[in-house]
Amino acid sequence: MAIKMMQGNEAIAWGAITAGCRFFAGYPITPSTEIAEILSRELPKIGGKFIQMEDEIASLAACIGASVGGLKSMTATSGPGFSLMQENIGYAVMTEVPCVIVNVQRLGPSTGQPTSPSQGDVMQARWGTHGDHPIIVLCPTSIPQAYQQTIYAFNFSEAYRTPVILLLDEVVGHMREKFELPEEFDPGSPDRPTIPEPPEWYRPYGDTPSDVPPMANFGEGYRYHITGLFHDQMGYPTQRRDEIDPWIARVNRKIERNLYNILLYESDIPDQVDTLIIAYGVTARSASHAVKLARLQDLHVGLLTLYTLWPFPEDLVERLAATASRVIVPELNQGQLALEVERVVGRDKVTRINLANGKLIPPPMILNVIADHKP
Amino acid sequence: MILKEHSAYEYLRHTKKFPNVWCSGCGIGIVMSALIRAIDRIELDKDDVALVSGIGCSGRLPVYLDFNTMHTTHGRALAFATGLKMAKPHLKVIVVMGDGDALAIGGNHFIHAARRNIGLTAIVINNSIYGMTGGQYSPTTPIEDLASTAPYGNIEQPFPICDLAIAAGASFVARSTVYHAVELDRFLEKGILKEGFSVIEAISYCHTTYGRINKLGSAVDMMRSLKENSVSMKAAEKLNPEEREGKIIRGILCDLDKPEFTALYDQLIERAGYTKGARLRSVRSL
Repeated sequence: MAIKMMQGNEAIAWGAITAGCRFFAGYPITPSTEIAEILSRELPKIGGKFIQMEDEIASLAACIGASVGGLKSMTATSGPGFSLMQENIGYAVMTEVPCVIVNVQRLGPSTGQPTSPSQGDVMQARWGTHGDHPIIVLCPTSIPQAYQQTIYAFNFSEAYRTPVILLLDEVVGHMREKFELPEEFDPGSPDRPTIPEPPEWYRPYGDTPSDVPPMANFGEGYRYHITGLFHDQMGYPTQRRDEIDPWIARVNRKIERNLYNILLYESDIPDQVDTLIIAYGVTARSASHAVKLARLQDLHVGLLTLYTLWPFPEDLVERLAATASRVIVPELNQGQLALEVERVVGRDKVTRINLANGKLIPPPMILNVIADHKP
Repeated sequence: MILKEHSAYEYLRHTKKFPNVWCSGCGIGIVMSALIRAIDRIELDKDDVALVSGIGCSGRLPVYLDFNTMHTTHGRALAFATGLKMAKPHLKVIVVMGDGDALAIGGNHFIHAARRNIGLTAIVINNSIYGMTGGQYSPTTPIEDLASTAPYGNIEQPFPICDLAIAAGASFVARSTVYHAVELDRFLEKGILKEGFSVIEAISYCHTTYGRINKLGSAVDMMRSLKENSVSMKAAEKLNPEEREGKIIRGILCDLDKPEFTALYDQLIERAGYTKGARLRSVRSL
């Protein structure tokens, strides 16, 4: 495959194969279906498995089951399907089974506008499943980013034994950009590392220095129990505080202590900024254009593009926003990530730009807000 | 007293879990021991058996047994098992569900697993009620019976589990009761050995909720009624329609040889041009 015009959804499919994904289960839904179509064609060629399940609940369930069986697994969906997946996302968190969930966001709620972009699922990606839990959510802005972040999503998922959500919007999913798969290509291993200890010593949820106990696949000699109930180090259900508390602490710690690795972003911030824009997904593209226009007018503006939305990079935002007199957060929703930015830098400092009608934020709309500001 | 020489001993997890969660007199334990006997008779390696369950009293069964065990979300056990079976087709994946789990919240997965004819063994322990949550009516509660959410009598017709499985495309369908434990062993054994999707309906009872609300007596009384109200298929043939009314008919209701899903998938992979054992060297080559 030479240089070609590639869609975001296509880049995700190739990124998944690159990362070692060998199982995909999904249910047709616009605007994510291309991912399923491509993987139904490509996975069998490399010995992988594809299945179209009866709904999105079953799709994620099958992915988790396949992951327990040793295959790196992914599903892809959009708003309504993502809502259906929430319970099993919590199950994957609780059981620490790696899997990647792609949500190509469309305008909602409900059936909404299947072919229009939206960033309305930012909070759902964070808090959609019930109960407190850590989660990793990545959000690409371009086709090369979609490819790369799919690989990151798999790597994070395996490294930290957690579901990872890849949050696109319809535009990044469907637009085409020039893209070439990396020349010297070294595909990631589809296999998990072998378990260092023999089965009789294996503790599937044991305390390890890394806080991530190694995961044994079913059917390979390590018989153990997996449950969505709170469990002890052996995986057996427990109601004991002295077993539940350490689990909660470890599962949060395994993400927190690796933030330096997980938090992906790009900053284009000159020394003297008056205004900082924090954006993600397709909105970061509008913002980037607005920044160019603003600089032509000698306005001092910086852009922070977040690729990792959750965990929210609060230290980073606090540090970068410290010198700016205000922060603009453009989003294709009623203000979701803006809530986090406001929490970190204070409400007075934040100006929101929101559009939630299926249209993109035009760069001049952001430019006007930048230019309006009287320091 | 622990009988280490008992044939079930090596299949139980002795580390933590006993005594079990079930009410004394419950039929689920009988299904569990029947399952152990069936697996023991087939001489399956414990590493090659995966036990997947959903939520409810039946969902707690896998934790006691020394296999690859997975207690999943309500109704979704078959969907999890589908992924697992595809990843590791050599595993004997046995799915344990209750009637509410398999046919209400999981009804969609039940018919689609049967339609795919994927090589899973689905055990539906049918006690006609949601036991763990306190006796609400289920998709198999008989008409007019009482439940904690049907205080004026149930007006919904029950699902015939086996008929549903046959119509949806299962390869092997059998029904027995927890009174007929030896028969249950045999059906489980045949179901596990079946290549395609197999369903074994194990009729049980819940004396704690359903029995109490409907004044059906103790566990012993309910067990007796399983004995008295059920007939084998052979015996049923001799009965006239009135005599058959309300009887549980036990036996193998369907036993077909049809191509199994993961075997078909292996052929599909071959058609796609994959050579077994090959590793992907470059994505650019695809």
